[in-house]
Amino acid sequence: MRNAFADELTRLAGEEERLVLLSGDIGNRLFDKYKQKFSNRFFNCGVAEANMVGVAAGLALCGLRPVTYTIASFATIRCLEQIKIDLSYHNVPVIIVGVGGGLSYAENGATHQSCEDISCLRVLPNMAVICPGDAWEVRSALRAALKRNGPSYIRLGKRGEPVVHKDAPPFVIGKGIIVKEGTEVCLLSTGNMLPNAVEAARGLEERGVSTRVVSLHTVSPMDEELLAHAFSNFRVVATIEEQSLLGGMGGSVAEWLADRKPQKACLCRIGAKNEFLHEAGGQEHARKIHGLTPERIAEKVVQKL
Amino acid sequence: MQNAKSDRGDTPDLEGLARRIRGKIIEMSHKAGAPHLGSSLSCVDILVAAYWGVLKINPENPRDPERDRFILSKGHAASALYAVLAHRGFFPRDLLDTFGENGGSLPEHPSPGCVPGLEAATGSLGHGLPLGVGMALASRIEKRPYRVFALLSDGECNEGSVWEAALFAPAHSLENIAAIIDYNKWQATGRSDEVTALAPLSRKWESFGWSAYEVDGHDIHALKARLGEVPDGSGRPVAVIAHTVKGKGVSFMEDDNNWHYRIPNEDELKAALRELALL
Repeated sequence: MRNAFADELTRLAGEEERLVLLSGDIGNRLFDKYKQKFSNRFFNCGVAEANMVGVAAGLALCGLRPVTYTIASFATIRCLEQIKIDLSYHNVPVIIVGVGGGLSYAENGATHQSCEDISCLRVLPNMAVICPGDAWEVRSALRAALKRNGPSYIRLGKRGEPVVHKDAPPFVIGKGIIVKEGTEVCLLSTGNMLPNAVEAARGLEERGVSTRVVSLHTVSPMDEELLAHAFSNFRVVATIEEQSLLGGMGGSVAEWLADRKPQKACLCRIGAKNEFLHEAGGQEHARKIHGLTPERIAEKVVQKL
Repeated sequence: MQNAKSDRGDTPDLEGLARRIRGKIIEMSHKAGAPHLGSSLSCVDILVAAYWGVLKINPENPRDPERDRFILSKGHAASALYAVLAHRGFFPRDLLDTFGENGGSLPEHPSPGCVPGLEAATGSLGHGLPLGVGMALASRIEKRPYRVFALLSDGECNEGSVWEAALFAPAHSLENIAAIIDYNKWQATGRSDEVTALAPLSRKWESFGWSAYEVDGHDIHALKARLGEVPDGSGRPVAVIAHTVKGKGVSFMEDDNNWHYRIPNEDELKAALRELALL
């Protein structure tokens, strides 16, 4: 996802001369091509995220299209109030890009894990929260966010995740993408859990459970049409995210559900537990602890059937 | 009001204008029951100096891309900014009487675009300078030679984001931005030099790579001269430490921090207006 982002950003900077890249002192070499071509539109803001967000807002208030880039946790909740006031309140077209969303950087410890960002940003007015499911969606999300007239958060995983789509899928902010058809269970996956959701669906199909997989890349605004259809047509709707169970995509769907009459489908929320990991270990290890492996996802869904 | 016409441009009697604006601000606080009067009064002369003779602005065309930008980072002094913008011709003065009213367009801290001439919504401290730095950077990218002025309070310099911006601007030789500090020596609940180790403030900005100047923040002509020299030719951003008195202009409010939150009653309003020779 990371390299797709850098590549697409460089391409977009050639098409959109108002695009300005601000980095929080990460991505060494990642932006070499961008910097080579657009040196006057790249600024390393250093390890000072609050200022970076303010600078981005100032640029946007003067008609430019800034993109801020750093590690997801630092890009978001480190400077949450700046995002609220400078970006959401002013409703300016700034794209925040966070790399290492969820447990992508698990090996760095809880300081570098980001399982709260979606929950924190989705409550901000005007903010689009977009969690692309693979490298193709990253490219499309960036392109779509650049056309918005308000702020967006794009949550990336890391480098080298499995690619799910064969090509750039039709991508509209706020509209989920059906990745695989099915009739009994509907898996709603956001962000970098998409490959695991596809794998879990395979496991469910092996058990004879027909399973649809949706990449629900946009957490805010929520695709209410898709939810209405899913809850009235499937037996189980499961939300899957590398994000806290509190207030994330699953939380958002639960809020939607709570405001409606009883639906046909029941909800199964699958996400990270509300606790910090103190032990060492990489993303796969962390996913096991949080029950986010394809096997555990399939088991949790089966229990609801 | 006298001199109503000349308020719109470069009026010779800026002191008289500042006095009338002070009177208006006190009326607004009384009518709306709105606090932060001391903070508003301390920055009136800075605003008058900036808006009459320094800023390249046109009230007839408030969104001109080439205009100078002024950000009231100390958003709690909104009444002062509103009064100044109205007297400068950005919107009718009658609107000032609706300050803080339910459903009105003048909140106690300015919202985005609430009135013509307002550059940024503020109220939470530590936001204006990073915003201003972004605007100054935009001027360079877009090759539009405007300047940016951000007015901060001394208490606001507690905020880390102020110093993040202070570190960033000189690294990019942003010479078209000025941070003006309304150094009235008080913050909400204490002396600003005691709550944090603010002094020596000018040397702090200097050591961060800014051209720092100290000026009497109530000497409108000195302020005009200083702010008029942005950029100052050094290639560095400019910090103007404006020494001010909180509650300036009314003897019983001056340097009395109770007026950070206190609202003037009817008698106090009259006494203040009398002192300002407006009654």
